[in-house]
Amino acid sequence: MKRRKLDMASVPGKAAVGVDERFQVSTPLRKLLNKVFPDHWSFLLGEIALFSFVVLLLTGVFLTFFYEPAMTEVVYNGSYAPLRGTPMSAAYASSLDISFDVRGGLIMRQMHHWSALLFMAAIVVHMLRVFFTGAFRKPRETNWIIGSLLFWVGFLAGFTGYSLPDDGLSGTGLRIASAIMLSIPVIGSWVTSSVFGGEFPGEIIISRFFIAHVLLVPGLLVALISAHLGLVFKQKHTQWPGPGRTNDNVVGERMFPRYALKQGGFFMVVFGVIALMGGLFQINPIWYFGPYEAWVVSAASQPDWYVMFLDGSTRLMPAWEINIPIGDGYVIPPLFWPTVVLPGILVGLSTLYPFVEARRLKDTRSHNLLQRPRDVPERTAIGAMAVSFYLVLTLSGANDVIADKFQISLNAMTWAGRIGLLLVPPIAYYLTYRICLGLQQHDREVLAHGVETGIIRRLPDGRFEEIHQPLTAVGEDGHGELGYVGWVVPKKMNRLGALGPAIRGFFYPIEKPAEAPVSPGHPPVEPRQEREEIGSGEPRR
Amino acid sequence: MSTKTEHQAQPGPEPLDVHDPRLSRFDIVREGARRDDIEIVHYEEQVAPGSKAERRLTRTVALFFLLTGLAATAFLVIYIWWPWKYDAGSGGDNLYTPLLGVTLGVALLAVGFGILTWGKKLLPKEVSIQDRHENDPTSAESRKITGETMLFLADEMGVKRRPLLGISLLAGLAPVGAVAAAPLVGGLISDPHKNNQMFTTGFAPAEGGQKIRLVREDGRPIRPADISVGGQLTVFPGIEHGVSNKHADSPTLLIHLRESDAVTSREANQRVGHANYMWGNYVAFSKICTHAGCPASLYEQQTNRLLCPCHQSQFLITDNAKPIFGPASRRLPQLPIEVDAEGFFVASSDYTETVGPDFWERP
Repeated sequence: MKRRKLDMASVPGKAAVGVDERFQVSTPLRKLLNKVFPDHWSFLLGEIALFSFVVLLLTGVFLTFFYEPAMTEVVYNGSYAPLRGTPMSAAYASSLDISFDVRGGLIMRQMHHWSALLFMAAIVVHMLRVFFTGAFRKPRETNWIIGSLLFWVGFLAGFTGYSLPDDGLSGTGLRIASAIMLSIPVIGSWVTSSVFGGEFPGEIIISRFFIAHVLLVPGLLVALISAHLGLVFKQKHTQWPGPGRTNDNVVGERMFPRYALKQGGFFMVVFGVIALMGGLFQINPIWYFGPYEAWVVSAASQPDWYVMFLDGSTRLMPAWEINIPIGDGYVIPPLFWPTVVLPGILVGLSTLYPFVEARRLKDTRSHNLLQRPRDVPERTAIGAMAVSFYLVLTLSGANDVIADKFQISLNAMTWAGRIGLLLVPPIAYYLTYRICLGLQQHDREVLAHGVETGIIRRLPDGRFEEIHQPLTAVGEDGHGELGYVGWVVPKKMNRLGALGPAIRGFFYPIEKPAEAPVSPGHPPVEPRQEREEIGSGEPRR
Repeated sequence: MSTKTEHQAQPGPEPLDVHDPRLSRFDIVREGARRDDIEIVHYEEQVAPGSKAERRLTRTVALFFLLTGLAATAFLVIYIWWPWKYDAGSGGDNLYTPLLGVTLGVALLAVGFGILTWGKKLLPKEVSIQDRHENDPTSAESRKITGETMLFLADEMGVKRRPLLGISLLAGLAPVGAVAAAPLVGGLISDPHKNNQMFTTGFAPAEGGQKIRLVREDGRPIRPADISVGGQLTVFPGIEHGVSNKHADSPTLLIHLRESDAVTSREANQRVGHANYMWGNYVAFSKICTHAGCPASLYEQQTNRLLCPCHQSQFLITDNAKPIFGPASRRLPQLPIEVDAEGFFVASSDYTETVGPDFWERP
């Protein structure tokens, strides 16, 4: 009897055949392995948001094992001595326990908070990238809308999250949130009473925020993020213009292995940075704030950074109360405008922008090539206007701290914010527009005349002029014929290869250095010719 | 270095026979990519196999991975054996969280940089071009077929011919949607005017007209002599749970004004019909800001201004706590106070204006 030999090398191949015979996956798998992605550093900003979200899920699950979402009053008896014996809510007590009595709990809490801040920051920066490069244009309007919704859902996740510890600071935030809901005309008191289960603060808001924070909002985030990524995958990523790149192709690397490896490495780096921040930088030290008590607050009560612009708008709003003299009289409080109407307008403006622009430019084509911000001065200027508007509001959200640290009158800071909010955005628009035009002009100038070499030449008639290195063969008038193709124009000699390639190696070269190239501006240096000495004729002593 | 760059304008019209034994593995990969409309136009090893540079890069990557193992082990050692229990003072437990962060961070960063070096430096560089196929000529045809299929589907269903079906289905489903929403809305909804809760505070006289005492945070009642001239004190209703978030609207600021300020204040009181609200030179205002409900707790004795630290509304105490700066639009409600037979402060009645942030139906 012959014994069949098991050929180990053929096992994976046979297994693969077996799988494909049953599931017919080889063609779709090959398509996935082969998908081409364009590469540019600015395409990685959204990934930071995605990776922070993964860290948020991981650390968040840990926190739920120890957090108790209840407002029942307990007397603290944990490790943190200054608060021992203080009556507080079970939520606050368990948050303190996570910080002091759960091994490794503090770093998890801090990593969770830092990754939340990073998540929102990455969303904002990614959104700016998409806006300024025109990546939101047809066919990607849907993804732009999903993206801007992600900001607001992330905002909600952040707010419900930092309300959970029920410390002095987060309770103040909740109090303001309840006042914002109260300010809505007609239904305000009903909304507040229903959300809080009675008069503020009630006894149920923490449990409701908890389930929103750990189930409803993250569920929505996961759904939106999946749709967002699915659309990027389906519609294929945009790319910058460049050699061989057209509106109908994608030039880059296949997804596996190099692109995927880089993504995996980048995830680890983001995760690592969050771990370092969570361990080294203190955030939200809830033990200093004490339990929430309706009559206690301190100066410099600021929310997380992405909420600060609404705090700023609230501070800047003049005390304009609208009274409607019908029956007993009705009121629209001033709080309504900066905290309900303003965010509503912002959501509307941001989601509608792609359609507004397409309509204005009568543009119905699909765009897969990105635009440099300078080439679309109007959009860039509008973006700068929006950013400056946001910055004035955010700074105003900290105007009491600025007033304190820089010894400025608090009222002056408020007035500066009010005036700045009206003046700074138009100025930003004008300046950005002019800068864009200037940059455009300089690009054309270099294309026509060449790169400045920094070499000044004196002409026989005494004039000085700078030598330019033309980028192409020049005509009789000294002008090149190169057209602008929407991509970076080299403006330094080093970009043209004037500087030799760097020699590889850290302490010593690992390759033989190439011959040092000769700068096109300089002729090769030759040793000085020996000249005859001019003397007086007398022999030297 | 091996460089595979092809400038074939047209990929071979004939698909390769992938079973041809003469083909290299890369040839088959390229053929596979071609079948997915991807042209690998440039493929270049970054390091020659077996070269010094390759060995060096391999060592670097390996070093990163080993560093990860080292840092992760350090994390575990610290996690298990480092003193972690919080203890006031400058014990080793202060370093527990930073050390965990550094070791975990280094472990993750090292594996990240290892993978990045591997991917960016050791793997071949390539440029591939994939078609987007957005303007495929077949797409119009495909659209037409799908559209007709869907219209045919509608025909089959017969919605057009039998409109009653559609109408009755909609009419039937609409209440079902409401059924789904009803328990949620019905369960959550809570009448804001139950017990008149938005218009009363803990200072409302008890049943039988018993006036409520003003008490400190620890529950002790207050005599006029307890507050020096120019001083202020946060006071609460002397009832059960009066000093707690259950009566979040009740915290009140009791201020002992200087004589001259008291005169101004009394005149201002009379102007708005609050003639007997002060007792002597003492005046009491709600501490809950009428703007967003924060405690307006920063009292500036010199100017008699009360500042809310949340949004910087400022109230002038000597002018009925009228808002003089910032976003607040309504004065702080004043609590009428007097001193009872035993010499303690009591509230003559509840607040006569609504306490707390504004809302639509506030009279």
